[in-house]
Amino acid sequence: MVERTPFLNFFTHLILFVGFVFCVAPFVVVAIAASHNLKDVNDVPMSLLPGSDFWVNIKTAWTTADLGPKLLNSFIMAAGVAAGKVIISALTAFSIVYFRYPGRTLIFWLIFVTLMLPLEVRIVPTYAVVADVLSPYQAILDVTGISWLIEKVSGVRVSLSLGLLNSYTGLIMPLIATATGTFLYRQFFLTVPDELTEAARMDGAGPLRFFIDILLPLSRNNMAALGTIMFLWAWNQYLWPLLITTDQSHATAVTELKQLIPNVGGIPEWNIAMAGTLIVMLPPLIVVVAMQRWFVRGLIATEK
Amino acid sequence: MEKRVTFSRWTIGILFAVPQLLLIFTFFYWPAGQAVYWSLTLQQPWGGGNIWVGLDNFRSILSNADYWNSITASLIFAGISTGLAMFIALVLAALTDRQLAGSRLYRVVLIWPYGIAAPALALAFRFILAPEAGFMAVVNQVWPGSWDPGLDGTDAMASIIIAFSWKYVGYNFIFFLAAFQAIPRSLIEAAAMDGSGVVRRFWDIQFPLITPTIFFLLVINITESFQDSFGIVDIMTSGGPANATNLMVYKIYSDGFRGLDYSGAAAQSIILMLLIIVLTIFQFRFIERRVHYR
Repeated sequence: MVERTPFLNFFTHLILFVGFVFCVAPFVVVAIAASHNLKDVNDVPMSLLPGSDFWVNIKTAWTTADLGPKLLNSFIMAAGVAAGKVIISALTAFSIVYFRYPGRTLIFWLIFVTLMLPLEVRIVPTYAVVADVLSPYQAILDVTGISWLIEKVSGVRVSLSLGLLNSYTGLIMPLIATATGTFLYRQFFLTVPDELTEAARMDGAGPLRFFIDILLPLSRNNMAALGTIMFLWAWNQYLWPLLITTDQSHATAVTELKQLIPNVGGIPEWNIAMAGTLIVMLPPLIVVVAMQRWFVRGLIATEK
Repeated sequence: MEKRVTFSRWTIGILFAVPQLLLIFTFFYWPAGQAVYWSLTLQQPWGGGNIWVGLDNFRSILSNADYWNSITASLIFAGISTGLAMFIALVLAALTDRQLAGSRLYRVVLIWPYGIAAPALALAFRFILAPEAGFMAVVNQVWPGSWDPGLDGTDAMASIIIAFSWKYVGYNFIFFLAAFQAIPRSLIEAAAMDGSGVVRRFWDIQFPLITPTIFFLLVINITESFQDSFGIVDIMTSGGPANATNLMVYKIYSDGFRGLDYSGAAAQSIILMLLIIVLTIFQFRFIERRVHYR
């Protein structure tokens, strides 16, 4: 930049180019392997010239793993998580920043702590909760004696129960129950000038009006960034959908990849497996490329 | 930081927080409490509730050689893949930040891997590193039997490390590049005027200024290596061969859902939770330092 460094520049280009190749190579290999027939894909070494069976393999992978409905499920889950996060985080951040009520600090910390423990480490009990989402409330009623009281008074035995396994709600809700987005909004709301709030109040706007007409339009950038990140994050979830979708009709595209692992016996159908991989990795890749700005911004902002 | 102007109707304020509170109570605090309860009790085989066993579950886990094997494997995996992913990303980001011709292209492409689902890239790498087809088959033709992740534990571990690192180079690159670009250009130009070269400027100016990012990424990479590794392990090795890649989250899953040992799995979850909490607290100690540079 400031001085002439021909040797260093040469090495810079060289190393970056090598990094570029290593970064792109897996994508290219997957695409080429997906275009070979069964014999060519198992050749050693595999030919790096594309074969002619690309669409045939894509079609086979599509039907083997039943990818049509699975991609739709993935899309519903990812969009649901993104939308839920964008809305619920905004509401919570508004409450924390713009109101003074008793217990506000406690609420802040209750939400903050959820950042610490990702879903993966508390997976077994979360599964139990989703299997019967009202079980916590039933337990509270039982322990506090309220259900005993109700039974005495009205003769009705309270038994709350609502299973969410194999449902979109069960897929989506636990993924929303973290604090990631809340802090993104909080940081942003704190930078919104107080004068704006004063002016709105002087014009007679209540909290709801201020939130909908002023705060939300101002947060458009944050919403796009958070939405992008959450969409990708949810699309790429694996362990959670694997557990709670015991029924095929709610399985997602990413969990279906397991169906495509070639069997040990016989000639492995890597061409089909790679065609399936390509289909599954394409949607998030398109989102990253198309929403690059929001992706980078959202990533950096949510993790801080 | 607090707002000077707020709204006085605080009942509405609380209502705004209710959806989030219900969600985290049902799907976070209750399960977390449940995990603690299960880890201290033992489920009766024929129903009839749980009996209190105190710390017995922890004792039996900690005296189990398989569990220690899983911890060792997780630590090896975390250490090597974090080191690899961070070092490569740091070099690439530092070089991209020199803004030579073509750096815009690298800035776009090098972040792609992070967008890919771990199981998808795992399947891709399973093919690329397969011993009978793909590219490692060439190595096996020259030195027969030198590479087989299906039989050799070290090869299997190497495979999952490669797959994980590939994804997280992209992630670390994004943060390192942002950190480099946040350094005022005038600082580097001033150093150049004083006659320091590119390497000298890197070690004396840029590197010290990005140390907060390094600490931050170190913690994130380690915690992610505990979580995001599940899909990679499940697709590439299923914990094998001979438990060589049976990482902690994978073991929780297989003990809890395949072995139906809820108490054992819960106790393992608690240990992992504590580990992650310690790491997170460690990270927050450095947050202060990170903010200073802004």
